[in-house]
Amino acid sequence: MANIGSYEERVNGFDWSVSEKELGYKPGDIINIGWYCSDRICGHGKADKIALHWEGLGGAEKHFTYNDIRLASNTIAAFLQSLGQAPGDRICLFMDRVPELFIGVLGILKMGGIGQPLYSAFGDESLYVRLENAETSAIITQRKHALKVRKILDKLPHLKHIIIVDHDGKSPLRDREVAFSLEKAAPVEDFDSYPTTAESPSLLHYTSGTTGQPKGVKHVHYSLISQYLTAKWVLDIREDDIFWCTADPGWVTGTSYGIIGPWSLGVTQCVLDGGFSAEAWYKFIEKHRISNWYSAPTAIRSLMKAGDEIIKNFDLSSLRNLASVGEPLNSEAVVWSEKVFGKAFLDTYFQTETGSIMITNFPGMKIKPGSMGRPFPGITATILDPKAYEPYPETGKIGLIAIRPGWPAMMRTYWNNEETYQKKFKNGWYMTGDRASIDKEGYFWFVGRDDDIINTGGHLVSPFEVESALIEHPAVAESAVVSKPDPINMEVVKAFVTLKSGFTASADLDLEIMNFIRKKLSPLAMPQAIEFVESLPKTRSGKIMRRILKAKEWGEEIGDTSTLEND
Amino acid sequence: MDELKDVILKYVNAEYVEEGGDPVGCDTPLISGGIVDSFSMVSLKRFLENKCKISIPDDQATPEAFDSVDKIVVLVRRFTKT
Repeated sequence: MANIGSYEERVNGFDWSVSEKELGYKPGDIINIGWYCSDRICGHGKADKIALHWEGLGGAEKHFTYNDIRLASNTIAAFLQSLGQAPGDRICLFMDRVPELFIGVLGILKMGGIGQPLYSAFGDESLYVRLENAETSAIITQRKHALKVRKILDKLPHLKHIIIVDHDGKSPLRDREVAFSLEKAAPVEDFDSYPTTAESPSLLHYTSGTTGQPKGVKHVHYSLISQYLTAKWVLDIREDDIFWCTADPGWVTGTSYGIIGPWSLGVTQCVLDGGFSAEAWYKFIEKHRISNWYSAPTAIRSLMKAGDEIIKNFDLSSLRNLASVGEPLNSEAVVWSEKVFGKAFLDTYFQTETGSIMITNFPGMKIKPGSMGRPFPGITATILDPKAYEPYPETGKIGLIAIRPGWPAMMRTYWNNEETYQKKFKNGWYMTGDRASIDKEGYFWFVGRDDDIINTGGHLVSPFEVESALIEHPAVAESAVVSKPDPINMEVVKAFVTLKSGFTASADLDLEIMNFIRKKLSPLAMPQAIEFVESLPKTRSGKIMRRILKAKEWGEEIGDTSTLEND
Repeated sequence: MDELKDVILKYVNAEYVEEGGDPVGCDTPLISGGIVDSFSMVSLKRFLENKCKISIPDDQATPEAFDSVDKIVVLVRRFTKT
């Protein structure tokens, strides 16, 4: 029997106090996620239970018990305090998936700081806009990523400390840099976690917007209530599970379900810090006897591409529960996983802003391959008429996915951008920006984004951000960025570019522009295709009509072109 | 070191390793080592195609085939006459 039991019974009369009671929390109490995920678990007699099996490059391995992560997070918290970091300060984590990243999140939360995890493949420009917006006061990073920080340091007056976790002493530390070694630091046995309460800020996750710069999504410690219960009921995490969430904590899944969910449940989890290969992943599952696996459609499709034969080389019989997140899981992937693993990947849906799973397929429920599933108990989700912003009275119509606000993990605002935050609500509904329909049995069916945001491999990329970066290249006069279909990543970035006089389109220039964006923003934002054009379609007022370019890429009807400049 | 290997190695170090970072060698794991991710593989593939005037089919541009400079050389040689 799955943890959730009967979905219908859970939905009826649901109250978040179910989760509060299990966590021993009462409204008004102190609630600190760092403490809940370490000290509390130790207090339940699990101090010697493994919290983290970690594997890195070259076969490196580290293993941490719950007592180890309690001590290590204490040590990080105390170190941050010793530097003068204070509650409410934004402290960035900019690292590969090393143990310091996962434990560092708990350490920051314990001392009352606001954790700002950022994807370590970000280029210096992407890093800069996020650190500048948050007025980040410290960054915890590795030697190789500190090089990017150095490039932008002069523009970041608020950044007081660059904490390098793997300083080897071979090259001298530079301005504002300080070395910290978790292995060499004296463990701090007792640390009084900062008395955060439900609405105290916990994490800032940055997400791309259609226009303007990335937005810092502010979450609070009370998010634990949603993250704990969804990890238990949707991911079906159990006491004896070995859990593997493949997401990077630079993204919301990696913190909600790669740190908070499993560790608040006191389960053993695994982390593989390395690039993707089917063989390496299967070997990892076999070696650690992983039973519960939370991954992404892009990874699943890449495994499909690697073929079925390779699977026969590994014993994957430990797998019990499989789930997926980040983008719609195509029905072929669901059917394939059932064939090769004997279990279907259950698709789950949520966003950086929602903080926890909203609409999902549950263990034990009837799966309709390709469907998003049904709302989590306590979540009121609907499809709105895009003109009236009222729920459609009938099923089957495509509209906007909207959710009634009020669940614990919901964002509280966009950092320094309350105006944009308020625009996310219409008629009392939170607007996700995604389109879908509902069938007669209440299952949601994803259709696509309602804006120009590109979802590539489960990561959102803003066309505006890429276009802004493109015109900084000396050869580029104008650009328009749209999504392009892709069999593995669902969609990828494509750029249409006009060149300045004196420049000629060529294969070398194409590659040069790709690399320019990759290093400036990130590999995700790098156009995987560039088309050099004479001009871009514009309205008579001069606005570039991305939708025309996008429609061509997707083989869709171009629609109304009455405002087209050249018409 | 042969010329092709040298060209690829220099390119990988110039494009995928941060200035001042530890240089990669011919057998350094690139994909499984997290130096080149799956998105960046596209630009590396484009470089090889431009430089060597070849076309590498998508189904052969696998993470395994791109996992080191040595392996990339083997892959490229399959598509070049020399």
